[in-house]
Amino acid sequence: MTIVNTKLNRRSFLKVSALAGGGMVLSFSWLAGCKPTSKEMLEMPKEWFELNNFIKIGENGAVTLYSPNPEFGSNVKTSMPMILAEELDTDWKNVFVEQADFYPERFDRQFTGGSQGIRQGWTPLRTAGATARAMLVAAAAQTWNVSASEITTAAGQIEHKSSGKKAHYGELASLAATMEVPEEVQLKEIKDFKIIGNSKKNVDGVKILTGKPLFSLDHKVEGMKYAAIVHPPAFGMKLKSFDKNSVSGMPGIMDVFSVSLFNDDYNRNFFDTTTFPEIIAIVGNSTWEVMQAKKNLKVEWEKAQESTFPMAGRGGATITATVPAGLENTSSHKERMAEFTAKPGNILRKDGDPEGEFKKAAKIIERTYTAPFLAHNTMEPMNCFADVKGDKAVIYGPTQAPEFIMGTLVQALDIPKENIQINLSRMGGGFGRRAYSHHMVEAALISQKVQAPVKMVYTREDDMTSGVYRPTYTATYRAALDENNNLTALHVKAGGIPETPIHPNRFPAGALDNYLAEGWDIPSNITIGAFRAPRSNFIAGAEQSFLDELAEEMGKDPIDFRLELLKRAETNPVGKNNDYDAKRYAGVLELVKEKSNWNSPKDNVHRGVSAYFCHNSYVAEVVDTVIKDNKPVVENVYAAVDCGIVVNPDAAANMGEGAIVDGIGNAFFGELAFENGVPSKSNFDKYRMIRQKESPKKIEVHFVQNNEDPTGLGEPLFPPVFAALANSLYKATGKRYYEQPFAPQLEMQNLKM
Amino acid sequence: MAQYNLNINGKSLKVDVDTNTPMLWVLRDHLDMVGTKFGCGIAQCGACTIHLDGNAVRSCQLPVSAVEDAKITTIEGLSENGDHPVQQAWMEHDVPQCGYCQAGQIMTAAALLQQNPSPSDEEIENAMNGNICRCGTYLRIKAAVKTASQKL
Ligand code: FES
Ligand code: FES
Repeated sequence: MTIVNTKLNRRSFLKVSALAGGGMVLSFSWLAGCKPTSKEMLEMPKEWFELNNFIKIGENGAVTLYSPNPEFGSNVKTSMPMILAEELDTDWKNVFVEQADFYPERFDRQFTGGSQGIRQGWTPLRTAGATARAMLVAAAAQTWNVSASEITTAAGQIEHKSSGKKAHYGELASLAATMEVPEEVQLKEIKDFKIIGNSKKNVDGVKILTGKPLFSLDHKVEGMKYAAIVHPPAFGMKLKSFDKNSVSGMPGIMDVFSVSLFNDDYNRNFFDTTTFPEIIAIVGNSTWEVMQAKKNLKVEWEKAQESTFPMAGRGGATITATVPAGLENTSSHKERMAEFTAKPGNILRKDGDPEGEFKKAAKIIERTYTAPFLAHNTMEPMNCFADVKGDKAVIYGPTQAPEFIMGTLVQALDIPKENIQINLSRMGGGFGRRAYSHHMVEAALISQKVQAPVKMVYTREDDMTSGVYRPTYTATYRAALDENNNLTALHVKAGGIPETPIHPNRFPAGALDNYLAEGWDIPSNITIGAFRAPRSNFIAGAEQSFLDELAEEMGKDPIDFRLELLKRAETNPVGKNNDYDAKRYAGVLELVKEKSNWNSPKDNVHRGVSAYFCHNSYVAEVVDTVIKDNKPVVENVYAAVDCGIVVNPDAAANMGEGAIVDGIGNAFFGELAFENGVPSKSNFDKYRMIRQKESPKKIEVHFVQNNEDPTGLGEPLFPPVFAALANSLYKATGKRYYEQPFAPQLEMQNLKM
Repeated sequence: MAQYNLNINGKSLKVDVDTNTPMLWVLRDHLDMVGTKFGCGIAQCGACTIHLDGNAVRSCQLPVSAVEDAKITTIEGLSENGDHPVQQAWMEHDVPQCGYCQAGQIMTAAALLQQNPSPSDEEIENAMNGNICRCGTYLRIKAAVKTASQKL
């Protein structure tokens, strides 16, 4: 039995009354957004009683649950309310889910990213559900004059068995809402879960399939204007001047002006990454008209000097951030990365005497892996709706991280935080990109300038060429082997533009007596940001490809070799601070071995394996490729995942499948290069995305069954795919793949891609 | 600017827009039908797919002046109650992640099945290849097309 103290998260249990005057708006978009069906009409309560910030119950038993985190496709809008509904002990059929707007006073962590939604929401959401249930039980106990301990609940019904008294939640909701919030509540036993662990369909499913407005791009209000932006054509360039007259006569064009996002003295935060702090806005009557004007606008750009600005560093200190000048090229990036690879880096971890072991090694294997910049390419381009009038602002847009853009909005608009309402739209993809929400500031400034509601839309070209990319990386792995072919030391040196991808305390650290990890980085004016499993999305591919080659060199089965290393890390770990659980790590390898029938692959199937730990979860993957009509085809991918309790299994599998497809796509095709600061690709005609034909023909996602609290899921299936694919292609073609993307090399081998 | 009489989802609708305006923006900005999505603007992603006389076309490259005599269907008009076999199959397989590409996927799939009620795997892959899903729901899309084809 788990008893939790509700005070842990006291903020969430403030009564509504305590918020009076706080500007709380309860919106019911299922009422306003689409016409309710007659069934919904019947179900529509006349009155709602709010039991806490997450839960409202109607007098007829209907339940509204607020989903606190922004939704970008990871299905938190369904799975987080499932956790609430479980502990509330209600019937999922009677639940309506509402997207909560951004209310930091009411909800703890309205951030979608780092695969932490369910992990960090788990206990608070369970506690909120259990507290509401306890208040309903207390109301029943008072009404029936019986002891609360004799009362049971199930599927939204309350019962006192010995007296035969029964009621549904709605009948007791008004009294329950006045009850004292209990100090402690009891959470359900895992074995009693009825909703968690049973797949529920996407709560927005019907709206998505019927084309209802869900995204900010779909938003429209009376009198709304449309805006397009024009940004510098290259990194390292800035605005010099523009000629308003070049477009002012064009149909539907109202105004052209520039906006600047930051005041000079503003102390930027980590998520204030912005490539072009000054852009031009074109405002008009329709999207098409402003996009046409965009093509005609005459602008002069100039080279930007090196710039500096104050920024919040670690631990609250203010640091000075520097953006270098210059128009950068991929060819010179490659040269500089090779230079850095050749000289000593910063030592990030050292165990034993790796240098000594390399000196006396009988054999040294050294391999270098590289990967390019990547664009996120969310399907819905950056956009935002803003309505700024006088000293009030309403912003409705796609953001993973509303709390990190609030301060930026405050300084840009010079409007106090209390007067800025950020509403969260469903996002057409995020992948990390929308943790950086300067599009919201741009839209807000444009609206403020014209004092009218505005919807600002990036073209795909704007979206793809305005930065915040996955960095480019390179990693060199070295292994020392003795005369008996035993691994005696491992050395990794890895860096990138502008960061190192190394997680120094991750496997294989901890499994080797002699281990050295070095990092380096090269500054750049090309902006980068989180991209599905930052850093892991590269280093996993390098590390797991190298271990594969090493296993072959040592004459070992690649799974057995990894299991041996993990056994060492489990039984006699080297060093402190190892950040993984070797046993759970081994568990996913064992599961994938079993599920893929590792030792007896089908004829003509070439398989590769890989495993990785990130975002607190463990994943092992086996990729099967075949060569069909001279073309590599991914036949099957088996994934074994340990992310603790799985809340919504089918949706979890869907996301896992998506991460695998994403990884295979980026491994084969993903690439963004630069020439004189200009990105080499600006739309999907050149930027090759994985499509239906290249998708694996089958994916099996297997979850380890255990009772651990849930951990990350949106990211962990992504990093291991790169190496599993590379290792499988090696079996198919006899060549190792060190350089991403793989398609050009495969084409050189006369394979069709 | 010019007046156009359009036949959309069985209704006759008038708009007054520039001749070159793509149907995508006529639908979204002028007729408030926002189910048809903007993804690339150059006929490369399929997010904007609608039916023109029963064929799947990319509305971002389809000027309003070219469609006056044609019958247009959008996601909003694919079925009265969201119960077209393709929509039902999509529901059954719980296909969407972010959902942004799905209207386009559904429109492409519905046109395919209209023309070829029992497509092979390869035919499905060919027909659906023009629709990008950044979230990677391709396998569920394919499974849903097969389910829908059995229901037709
Ligand atoms: S928006 Fe028309 S195909 Fe991409
Ligand atoms: S579901 Fe997100 S792009 Fe397809």
